[in-house]
Amino acid sequence: MRTYLTFLYRCFRLSFVGDRRYYAWMFLLTVFVLLGINAYCKQLVHGLATTGMTDQVSWGFYIANFTFLVGMAAAAVMLVIPVYIYRNRELHDLVIFGELFAVAAIIMAMLFVTVDLGRPDRFHHLLLRFNFPVSMLTWDVLVLNGYLLLNLHICGYLIYCAYRRRTPSKVFYIPFVFVAIVWAVSIHTVTAFLYSGLGGRPFWNSAVVAPRFLASAFAAGPAFLILSLAVLDKFTSYRVSAKAFMTLRNTVAIALSISMFLLGSEAFTEFYTDSAHVASAKYLFFGLHGRSGLVPWIWTAIGLNLVAMLLLYLPISRKLPVLMVACVMLIVGIWIEKGMGMIVPAFIPTPLGEIVEYLPTMNETLVTLGIWAGGLLIYTILVRVTIPVLTGRLTHDQAFSAASRELPAGAALEKEAHA
Amino acid sequence: MKDIRIFESTSGGPSAYEPELTRRSFLRTGAAAVGGMAALAAALSPLRELTSDEIPDFDQFLQKHYKEMTPAEMELALERIRRKVEDRYAVRPHLRDLKPMEGVEFVYALNLSRCIGCRKCVHACVAENNQSRSPEIQYIRVIEMPRGTLDVEKGNHHYDRPEVPDANHFYLPVQCHQCANPPCVKVCPVEATWQEADGITVIDYDWCIGCRYCEAACPYWARRFNFAKPNLPKEQLNPNMSYLSNRPREKGVMEKCHFCLHRTREGRMPACVEICPTGARKFGNVLDPKSEVSEILRTKRVFVLKEEVGTLPRFFYYFDERYPNTLDPEALAIADRLKAEEGDAYGCLPGAAGPRKDFVAAAQPEWWNGGHA
Repeated sequence: MRTYLTFLYRCFRLSFVGDRRYYAWMFLLTVFVLLGINAYCKQLVHGLATTGMTDQVSWGFYIANFTFLVGMAAAAVMLVIPVYIYRNRELHDLVIFGELFAVAAIIMAMLFVTVDLGRPDRFHHLLLRFNFPVSMLTWDVLVLNGYLLLNLHICGYLIYCAYRRRTPSKVFYIPFVFVAIVWAVSIHTVTAFLYSGLGGRPFWNSAVVAPRFLASAFAAGPAFLILSLAVLDKFTSYRVSAKAFMTLRNTVAIALSISMFLLGSEAFTEFYTDSAHVASAKYLFFGLHGRSGLVPWIWTAIGLNLVAMLLLYLPISRKLPVLMVACVMLIVGIWIEKGMGMIVPAFIPTPLGEIVEYLPTMNETLVTLGIWAGGLLIYTILVRVTIPVLTGRLTHDQAFSAASRELPAGAALEKEAHA
Repeated sequence: MKDIRIFESTSGGPSAYEPELTRRSFLRTGAAAVGGMAALAAALSPLRELTSDEIPDFDQFLQKHYKEMTPAEMELALERIRRKVEDRYAVRPHLRDLKPMEGVEFVYALNLSRCIGCRKCVHACVAENNQSRSPEIQYIRVIEMPRGTLDVEKGNHHYDRPEVPDANHFYLPVQCHQCANPPCVKVCPVEATWQEADGITVIDYDWCIGCRYCEAACPYWARRFNFAKPNLPKEQLNPNMSYLSNRPREKGVMEKCHFCLHRTREGRMPACVEICPTGARKFGNVLDPKSEVSEILRTKRVFVLKEEVGTLPRFFYYFDERYPNTLDPEALAIADRLKAEEGDAYGCLPGAAGPRKDFVAAAQPEWWNGGHA
């Protein structure tokens, strides 16, 4: 127990140690976190009227980011499957980085739901009268918290074993890994069911929502990992093999293709049928009755995704910089497609046919940026602590100073903040 | 790399991870900590604007779910709410918790041949139910529909002309349909909304967490959210109120039409029925075969909106078969009389419930300014 507390204490100290780039990066994130907290306090005082949401478009940026991040968290499984089922050694250590990101992404997703609540002071009502299993939102609460605990356990156990120079005992983590694989699929499926189960919203009321969510997540998640591993490879002593990058590249290319195919299937069904259901899709892709607020968003997303897909299938993306460009493009593309392109249009037109458009306000955007900055802060700290442990620089029988010489993930992570 | 030195050990012993504390490192760490705390305090400063009236007190925080309260606990809760209303509006309200009556299931029927689109129901509802006036929350939406369709997307929500009712249109008022299979109840994560024995779907305003999932689930756009602190002038408060219906709401909770249960559970008509100048609106107990609504369901060709979504509404519409191509001439005559009597004040104006942004800016602090990122 004492050793464990010492371990936690050392990790805590370690997160404050780094070079100038590390400090600059952490400082920048902290500034955005504080701006976000400030904006959220304003929202607490003046209500959700500080957002662009209305009775007509009652979910917006927050729920859009929530959906995207649940997908990013689920995508950690994409790395786990080849390692434990197909015994792909190249990805073995990288799994930990995927799961660490899952932890950060789940925390961000939960924060996005929390800031979307009108009465966060009544959060405990969830514990007192939990409408399970009828409400899909209660399923989401369960699976997200379960997934967070699973990933914390798996990463925490493996890292602590490395710290103690022990070989991890399979009994303590392999069963959890397999549960986590199924669980990862479940978190994004349940999140899709939140929307697809509503008969009053034809745009969401489609069986393809869950598969679409999974496919786009399994493209965006590993793409984010490619970016962060490239940063680690450049700025720390941790080395990532070219083969690992190529395995991830294949995963991203295939998942993105499936995602684009499903988007096409959805669009075909909507537009060829051309029933009353098509109104939201028409608004999204072409505009409706002269209102076209989402048209530039969705075509930007489709353009980015198509170019990224092309790059990923061309040999040129074997070069890391090109691969990184493709990854940034598809992360942005999928973020738009799943957020502004999936959540918002279901509300336009309203069930009574009224068209009210939505754009996030400045305050809402600051809260959103604050949560992203907070998530990246958590991820940076987790990675910063993990690398010296995995590379054997920080162990229980070693002096602390050796570990702190490790260069941490630096300011280049900034690129990802914009993604 | 100088920074690292503060964490370097003086010995390789068991306490090697303990950093050496030098004066310089102490000052540096201290300055960073003080700076960080100051920045955090500055970030939190908007919270000072919260009034004590808005922060839930201990009793309210511990208040149980409506269905779990004993009669004694309910009385305490009612007394707390009465005090709060008195503090806020300087009126002692007649507040009670009205239960459903035995053998009653409420049903609504609306004669579309008699609706003249005057929106008097919209405004009577707001006056009755203590909704926020700015931004104004309205439970009823009247849609001006072209003849020959029931596709609401072809309708106009914001009609605002002197020639209402228009000969080429009919008027479709929509409010909560009190569905027998309500999707809004199904999705609520905390059971803050449920269907009562008399068919009315209610909300415990003290239990709602404001996630707005019900608002997304409703196929009739019947639910409303308090995006801002409700703004209800003292002199406009209706002191006749009940726990599950029109007691004043707070910021961040849902509300909706409840068939005026503080009236209807005492045998009176809802405000919208009472005000309707043409008698287009009918309300009553469907379990009583002698009631007017039972008679209408038996004898008229009634229909419900969006039958395909399977929600089984308790809100029925019908057209008068005697007048297939026009509104009921009697209703048209009433409209003419009202226009002559009321002039510019003729109540077909939509009121303040246009798209929220048009007017909410006035109620907002300067920094908000409706500015989009």
